[in-house]
Amino acid sequence: MKKVYQLERLSCPTCVSKIESMLKKVKGVQNVEVLFMSSRIKIEFDENVVSSEELKDRIGRFGYPVISER
Amino acid sequence: MIRIKKGTKAIVGSILMVVSFILYRTIGYELVTIIAMIITTLFNGLSIFKKAFNSLKYRIVGIDALVTIAVIGASIIGEFYEAAAVTFLFMLGEYLEARTIEKTRSSIKSLLDLAPDTARVIREGKETLVDPYDVVVGEVVIVKHGEKIAIDGKVVKGEASINQAAITGESMPVYKNIGDDVFSGTILENGFLEIEATKVGSDTTFNRILELVEEAQDSKAKTQKFIERFSKYYTPLIIVMSLILYLITKDIVLSLTLLVIACPGALVISTPVSIVAGIGNGAKKGILYKGGESIEMLAKTKAIAFDKTGTITVGKPKVTNIYAINATKEEVLRISVIGEAYSVHPLATAIINKAKEENLKIDEEVSNMEIINGKGIIFAYENETYYIGNRLLMEENNLEYSDIETYLKEEENQAQTSVILANSKMILGIISIKDEIRENIKDVFTKLKKDGIKKIIMLTGDNERSARVISEEVGIDEYYSNLLPEDKVEKIIELKEKYGEVVMVGDGVNDAPALASADLGIAIGGAGKDVAMETADIILLSEKMENLNYAYALSRKTSSNMKQNIIFALLVAGFLLAGVLIGSVTLSIGMLIHEISVLLVIINAVRLLGFGKSGKI
Repeated sequence: MKKVYQLERLSCPTCVSKIESMLKKVKGVQNVEVLFMSSRIKIEFDENVVSSEELKDRIGRFGYPVISER
Repeated sequence: MIRIKKGTKAIVGSILMVVSFILYRTIGYELVTIIAMIITTLFNGLSIFKKAFNSLKYRIVGIDALVTIAVIGASIIGEFYEAAAVTFLFMLGEYLEARTIEKTRSSIKSLLDLAPDTARVIREGKETLVDPYDVVVGEVVIVKHGEKIAIDGKVVKGEASINQAAITGESMPVYKNIGDDVFSGTILENGFLEIEATKVGSDTTFNRILELVEEAQDSKAKTQKFIERFSKYYTPLIIVMSLILYLITKDIVLSLTLLVIACPGALVISTPVSIVAGIGNGAKKGILYKGGESIEMLAKTKAIAFDKTGTITVGKPKVTNIYAINATKEEVLRISVIGEAYSVHPLATAIINKAKEENLKIDEEVSNMEIINGKGIIFAYENETYYIGNRLLMEENNLEYSDIETYLKEEENQAQTSVILANSKMILGIISIKDEIRENIKDVFTKLKKDGIKKIIMLTGDNERSARVISEEVGIDEYYSNLLPEDKVEKIIELKEKYGEVVMVGDGVNDAPALASADLGIAIGGAGKDVAMETADIILLSEKMENLNYAYALSRKTSSNMKQNIIFALLVAGFLLAGVLIGSVTLSIGMLIHEISVLLVIINAVRLLGFGKSGKI
């Protein structure tokens, strides 16, 4: 499953690689790309292993709340 | 945790810092001073500590973790002032950086503001305003004076002058009437239109542009990828260095200071901010870069090849002369158009338009129609076989044309393309067609040369003679004529070997393969042309060739802005490293310089947004 999460405006480019490496360590995540300028996360994951809700929750707890998705 | 507005937090954090500083300077390290400093540290640092802790759970060491370690270390050894200052500077720096970065994003925001929000349609016999996304393809949308067009479509009724600035960056109004294409996001300044929707919602040209710009701003330039790799090693390297330093010197302050400067913030941000600002500037002018790599490539190219039709010329060939030999002029045109009606070649279009002007009937029945790419057509009509095409077609079919050779040469010397009409026995006549050269093209080339392009090359399907005439007229260094579409691809590959990087400019209609095979493809007049938008790396939405000068100058400017940022960031990193090692940079000064350098890099990029504003490029 593919999703795009919109975050609050990212301000430090280093958060990008941080969020990326965090999500890559989550089981079920196949592909992840964090876009700095549009402050979005493009993510591909296996919904049988991890749910979108759980991912959003993890990202939020990591310090970057997801404000919308599509 | 309670969420405090970032602005408020910055102010409160600053006040706390000032209080701590005053206490430190007046009464010195008393209990009350230390308490004030600890409060400052906690207030400013709590979110940093939290982020650090969260990342450590995933075994990621980011800058938050480094700052946290430094602050804890400083507090343990009693350097409360340093701890407070570091957290304060980090917080303030992040806040100011976010504010300035927002500026570089402003151009896309101003584009977004141009998006239409309602469309007027007829539903159940009544005029109703609906969401543009609710309009269906084929539905008729009514647009009145001063309103924004909400869909892409074809005018079915009315006439109007339209400001297309949202698409082409050109604010001069354009006149549209029945049959013309109009775009979503453009504004009807005067008049009234009924438009049949052809593209709606996210398929409209306007939304495609927005999407392209957003994607472009996030695509990574080559330089950026390199820097990201570099920083991946830089941070751990500094951490190891500070450990070693501690083991050797046992000087904990020194090691902690080194940690604080371990994150090359200015370096990481140096390329993306410049690129975002450059792409944003271009988008406002109707120039779409598909990414940072397109900017870098255009900036370093030395050779630009043009597909003649639609770039050097207007791309709308017209019949200028009909020379009849063994028939009347009218017959020559009439027979030619009967055959050409089946072709989509630009020359055929010119002949068809001429016949329409003369009110000739064009839809006659023909048989044995054969289109020979790059030569012409053969067809049978009323028991006679006709040949329309160039010399090659005549030669191939053993038609003698030596009598008209002088005439052909004369026409070609005036940059005309001649189409010969013959039946199975003899030549009947010659139709001369000319595609007007763009008025300003010579100036465009002169400026490109002045700005750094070494070779301007023309590729054309035209005959050698008219190609040479045009080349001399507009100032082209090299031309290649008699090229079929597939030859153009081969030529590009040849040119690449000869000149290194080659940029190809075309109208994106017939030359898509050549655009794709060049190192960088630029499409002119790309608004509404799906293939062009798809294939080209840079799209000039309007027909204005001057925008090519703008695109080139902007890419050079952006690329050098990027380089300035990188050099500056590297210098600062080196300077900080040296400063820490010789002991003249303290924890808080290290943080201060670090944050200032990040800000300066962003501010330098923001300068790019002003490029071209004075009208000079």
